[in-house]
This record gives sequence, C-alpha cells and structure tokens, in this order.
Amino acid sequence: MARMTINGKSLELKVDPSTPLLWAIREQAGLTGTKYGCGVAMCGACTVHLDGKAVRSCVLPVSSAEGKQITTIEGLASGSTLHKVQKAWVDFEVPQCGYCQSGMIMAVAALLKDKPKPTDADIDAGITNICRCGTYQQVREAIHAAAKA
Amino acid sequence: MIIKTPKIDRRAFVIGTAAVGAGLTLGLKIPFGASVVRAQDGSPEITAWVVIRPDDTVVVRVARSEMGQGTLTGLAQMVAEELEADWTKVTTEYPTPGQSVARKRVWGNFSTGGSRGIRESNEYVRKGGATARMMLVQAAANAWSVPAAECSAANSVVTHKPSGRTTTYGKVAEAAAKLTPPAEVTLKDPKEWKIIGKPVKRLDTMTKVTGAQVYGFDLKLPGMLNAAIKECPVFGGKVKSFEADKVKGMPGVKHVVQVGDSAVAVVAETWWEAKKALDAVAITWDEGPNASVSSDTIAATLKAGLDADQAFVRTQIGDVKGAIAGAAKKVEAVYAYPFLNHAPMEPMNATAKYTADKCEVWVPTQNGEAAFAATLAASGLPADKCEVYKIMVIGGGFGRRGAFHDYVTQAVRIAKQVPGTPVKLLWSREEDMQQGRYHPVMQAKMSGGLDAGGNLVGLHMRLSGQSILAAVFPQNLQDGRDNATFQGLDPSGDFTLGYTVPNLLIDHAMRNTHVPPGFWRGVNINQNAIFLECFMDELALAAGQDALEFRRKLMSKHPKHLAVLNAVADRAGWGKPAPQGVHRGLAHMMAFGSYVAACAEVSVTGGDKVKVRRIVCATDPGHAVNPAQIERQIAGSFVYGLSAVFMEECTVKNGAIEQTNFTTYDSMKIAQMPKVESIIMPSGGFWGGVGEPTICVAAPAVLNALARATGKRIRTFPLKNHGLQMV
Repeated sequence: MARMTINGKSLELKVDPSTPLLWAIREQAGLTGTKYGCGVAMCGACTVHLDGKAVRSCVLPVSSAEGKQITTIEGLASGSTLHKVQKAWVDFEVPQCGYCQSGMIMAVAALLKDKPKPTDADIDAGITNICRCGTYQQVREAIHAAAKA
Repeated sequence: MIIKTPKIDRRAFVIGTAAVGAGLTLGLKIPFGASVVRAQDGSPEITAWVVIRPDDTVVVRVARSEMGQGTLTGLAQMVAEELEADWTKVTTEYPTPGQSVARKRVWGNFSTGGSRGIRESNEYVRKGGATARMMLVQAAANAWSVPAAECSAANSVVTHKPSGRTTTYGKVAEAAAKLTPPAEVTLKDPKEWKIIGKPVKRLDTMTKVTGAQVYGFDLKLPGMLNAAIKECPVFGGKVKSFEADKVKGMPGVKHVVQVGDSAVAVVAETWWEAKKALDAVAITWDEGPNASVSSDTIAATLKAGLDADQAFVRTQIGDVKGAIAGAAKKVEAVYAYPFLNHAPMEPMNATAKYTADKCEVWVPTQNGEAAFAATLAASGLPADKCEVYKIMVIGGGFGRRGAFHDYVTQAVRIAKQVPGTPVKLLWSREEDMQQGRYHPVMQAKMSGGLDAGGNLVGLHMRLSGQSILAAVFPQNLQDGRDNATFQGLDPSGDFTLGYTVPNLLIDHAMRNTHVPPGFWRGVNINQNAIFLECFMDELALAAGQDALEFRRKLMSKHPKHLAVLNAVADRAGWGKPAPQGVHRGLAHMMAFGSYVAACAEVSVTGGDKVKVRRIVCATDPGHAVNPAQIERQIAGSFVYGLSAVFMEECTVKNGAIEQTNFTTYDSMKIAQMPKVESIIMPSGGFWGGVGEPTICVAAPAVLNALARATGKRIRTFPLKNHGLQMV
C-alpha cells in the first residue's frame, strides 16, 4: 500500500513499495500517458514531476514518492486549457510518433519553471530525453516559443 | 490501373510484405457494390476510401500505418483533394486486415515501409476520392432534377450554378452511396491542387501532447493479463529447461509458459509483476551451433569476401580491371558498416485473445496484413476466425514492425495457453535490443583508377556482407542475387547511381550470418552512400580536384541528381570561405524514387569533439504532398542516421548481441542536433519517397567534412570507436 497525490488526487495504491513509480502510475493509477522507454533512466520517456521537479520515474521506487505531489502529463493542463508547453508543441507540430513526447514535455515544463527564458545552452544541458524520430529542431523552437508565451 | 485482384491466401500476404524494397507492384480492383456499405456508426460509405457522416464529417480510410512519418495526414490530403472536401472536417480511420480479406483487398497493400505509403498508393486513393466526389455531385443533381454537369463541388458543398442552390455532402451522402459509381474518373491536374502540396497541420497532434494517445503499450482490455518474455539471446538457440516453481507464488503471477521452442514468458496481473518474476526464472538454454560466433569471426568472413572470386554482379560496364591496372593513379579503400538495432521508443508489443472460435490481436504494426498472416499461422485458425486491430499510432517503427511479427506470434502462442483471457505482451528494452532484426553488416572494397588528367576511368565497388532478402524473402532473390543490396547503385529505377563511369563494376559477395537482418530506415542506402560518397571524396583528393567539380564531371547524364547537389552547394556556400574552424562536406544519392543531397558543416575541437553545426539538405521527391512534414522527416532522418554513424553498433559475443539498453546503444540528444535547412524542390511528374531517402546523405556529408577537418579518413563505424565524440 502506498499513499501519494497524483494530479491533485490523493490515492492509496495497492502496490509493493519497491515497484518503480512509473509502473504504479501506469498499472495501479491507470495513467498511461507516462511511458516506458528503457527502465534505466536513460531516455526520459517516463519523466514526471515530483513536488515540482522533473524525475525519471522508471528507477524511482514508489516508497520514495509516498506522501509527495506527483504530476503526470495528464495533469499538466488546467482543465481544458493546455499548458504553454503543450500549446507550443501543438503550434510547432513537434510530435512525430509522439511516444517520447509526454516525457519531453514534462522535462521542458520543469526546465521553464527553473529557467523561464532558457538559452540554447540551458536547453542543451537541461533536456537530455531521447527522441528516435528526431524532433529536436522543433523541440528547440517550441521551447523558445513557450518561454515567450 | 485495374490490373488484377490477387487471390487472398497466406501466400498473398507474404508477397504483400515482400514488396519492401523489391519494387513488386500488386494491382487491385476498387469494387463498388449496389448495396450501401456502412461504417460502424451507420454512416454510408461512398467509396471504400470515403465515409460521410450526416454532420458532414469526412472519414478517410487509410490502409497504411502512422508511425510518426505523417502518412495518415498525407494520404488523407490525397483523398480530400479529389473529394473537394472541407479539410477542417476530415478525420481518418484504419480498415482492418480481416475486412480487407472479406472485401477482396479493396484497400490494396497495407505494408508501410520502403517510403511507399504515398508514392505507391497515390493514384488509387485519389481515384477513390474523385469517384466519391462525382457520386455526391450526382446525388445532389438528382435531388434538384438538374444535370450533374451544371453542378460543382468545393469544400464539401455542392452548388448548382444556374440556380445558386447549395447542399452539403452530409445531406446527399445516403443517396450518393446508392448510386452506381462512374466508369471513368479524371484526376486533377497538379496545378489545381489546393490541399496536396500545402503544409496543412497533422491530424494526430493533440492527443500526443496530452497523454491521451493510446499506444499498443497502453492498451487496456477487460480481464486482461500482462506478459513479460525472454527469448534465447543466441539466435537459433532453444529453451532446454526452466524452473517455474520458485516464481509461481510471487505476487500477481498467474502462469509461467514456454513460448515456441525458444522463449519463456510469465503471465501476471501487472507487467511489472510479470517482469520481476521472469527475472527470477532460471532458464537453461540450448544455445545451438552459433554460440561461438563473435563480431571478429563475422568480420573475418566478410573480409574474405572482399577478394573472393564469386560475387553477384549488378553492374558491369567496360573493362574495370584493365582500366584500373592501366590508370595513372590507383586509389583503394576498405570500409565497414556495423549491425544496428531499430530501437523505436515504444518497444515491441502485442495483445492477443484466443478462443477455439476466434483469435484477435491488437498490435502496433507497419503491415496489418503481415500481422494478420502471423496471427493465422500462430493460432491455427482460418482467416474468417481471426482479426487484427492496428493500433492507430505506432511509437516508432523504422522497419522493425513491417516484415517481422515475431511479437505477434509470441502473443498468440501465450494467449493460446490462457484461452479466453486477453494477454498483453510487452517487451523490455533489453529484449528489444537483443531480439532485433538488425541492419545488415557490410564491408566494401573500393578501387578506382584516375587518368593523368585526374578523370575517373574505372571504379570497382565490391560489397561483402549480409543479404536481407536471403534471410527474409528468399523468393525475391534473382538467381541468388539480392538486388536490394545495391540500393543507390542501380543502373536505373528508384535507386539510380548518379555517376557515369566508363569502366564500372559493382558486385556483392554474399556473406550471411546467424544474426537476423532486417529493413532499417533507409535499408542499404545507408552504407552504400557512405562507401560511394566518401570514396568519391577520396578520389577527388587523389586527383587534386574540388570534391564538387570532380563529381559534376561524372554527372552530365544525371541532371536531377546534379540539381539537388548544386542546390545544397549553392545554399551552403560551397567554394566560398567557411567560418573559422568550420569544414564542409557533400553527398548526394537517389533513393526510394527521390533525389537527395546534403552539405554538412563540421568543426572539431580538442582533437576529438566533433560538432555538426549545420546541414543543408535538398530533396526532389517529384511531388511534395506536405512540405512541413517533409522538413520534419529530413531533420528526423538525420538524427537517426547520425546517431548510428557516431555512436551506434550492435556487437556479437558468444552468439548474442552485447548491447542491452541505451546505456551501450546511445542516441543523439538535443545538444547534438545540427541546424538543418531543407530545400524541397519537387520537379513534378513522379512520386518519390520521403521518410527514408534523406537519411543516407547526412552521414557521408558529415564524414567528408570531418576528413577535411582532421586530415584523416575514417572508414569503420561508429566514430566513437575512434575516440570521437559528438558534441
């Protein structure tokens, strides 16, 4: 049993505390927008916010998320109003296959919280998610656009 | 265009999937029945490609698969153009392979690979749209009792010009669906296109930014269990025994099963429980005869092929050996290209439900028909008792999910052991890395002769390495020869060599390995472009000539190749001074029916840190259906191709692939992304591919720039093996 708050909702999940947070989010909480890509924190497809900070949930045990505020891609928008990063993603048509983009968007949203006007160097250092479709050119444009929004 | 209706049996599916890179064309018939065919929601189908709902929504049927490349939007553009549809009301859906069988393959080939989605089906999908438009106009004319010739259609509205009356597609759809389709349809002149050729927005973006898009990995069915699998890491090996007892009491675990003769799976309530239990199952493998194979033994086999007497000849013009022997200057170089894994972000998966009466599979696939064939074979049930539901969006394909449906076979085999319960099989990344269908391994010995004036008088290109067709579609070999091996080097067709050389020999010593090969984005143009275009720079250097001028002299009979090469040279400023420390490199090729070229700008710092600063790319795909998506495919293909040449390789030890995750099989990040400038220059009159062609020019353009920057030519890959780091 683990108690945590996901997207503002307090949940009690029936799960072994050693289970990676990613799988608790996907399989117990039923939120599948957060993706599995590698299971070893290399690709970032599983990125969520833990108390506002970007974390790679595939290597984070549920026990270390207990009692904390978790935000997933499903909780990023305010009701039907997209988060400015999601909006920029739509405007610049960033996604190709889209599988990595939940994690990418969550990583960028966290970056913009720390650095509201990131330079290209900030983006290079802060965004290390893997996208095999290679959407990086649009990702960069969309980050700068979101920063201006 | 109506040629024949292929008989639908299992062999037909095999042939359908065999068309990858082999240029096989299947004809098809667009049947129009007298009775109205209805979509699931009851809306009438006007033609197989077009369903119109009462609220004017236009549902375009798409047989090919969307995996990020934009074919869903592109094919909808083609139908909507001829339909004169209101683009804002267009949506899409996939027909199922089972429906295709029942309706005599009305939607044609489902296979999505070889950059063929649009170029192979453009004519019949446009006709499907045009036919529907004529029927809708006729239905409106009938209602008004006026001649159809007095009516016109635009934006999903039919107008009777003399009276000014109008109606919408949704209002006349029912009547239109009952009409006999016209015998003849005329397609628009490309000059009249309003939707084709425009950078309209993709239809599938919103759900990808909210997390709402359901991928195969995310599927949920009532009562569903989850499975994790481990197949023998040595290809060709088998399960000898496994100890299931220890894990049967673990949380959530329901079943531990053998899958075929080579894999073990755990079925549990959740996937994480299944995976944890699987890790605890002790499996003993019979590794078979390949357990001693290594990268070194494979390399030695290929090396021997470089000088072997027997080879499959693709092109032989003049007397190459004589020309090189008599040349004023001889140049020789040996290149090698490694195995590569596709590693799409979404690992392989399939969900299956089996009963004695029905086998259903939900799967992200590049070829619904091949997935269906795998379902039939694994279930043992006939076609009318099987169905495959393609997941709407695939989390990356790159060729792994087209010709191969091993994960479907596995899912059905597991489901058969748990009848009545849907089972979702998910591969771990480790399984994905170790059970790939790898980009074939290849070496090349390049020999060239220059005359006293520095002109190329003879070129011998000897390939030695693995054939994909020999392993996957041996029926497509021609007298033993795998023509796909020569992509980009052909005398004519979609992969034409862009040079005229008076004495030319291109041949292939086939050296197959136990590592299963597959079609990897771009397939054999990846290494062929490196071999050819890097060696062209080596020859130019030996001739003391400019790399562009040296090429141009050989390209007078290849104006379309030359046009894209000139375009990138002009835009990049070839021949003009580059910024301090920046070096340029060129490459061009024809692939999948498109002419492509690149000029890369590279700088090197500290002797080992390589920065690809900018790449100018030009493509002539004949017709450019959606320029915005073409730009994205160009930039994306460069990431895939440059990730490979800088940092990726699958090595073999004790018969198995050594790399197990992105820790040892890395991929480019945003920091390493060059600025990509695209020149889209469609010259009209043909339909070239988009998803793959450009991938092949990035690597040789960068390598040529790198050689200029360092004074050193690298001929084996990835570059990380030479201590070079992409920054």
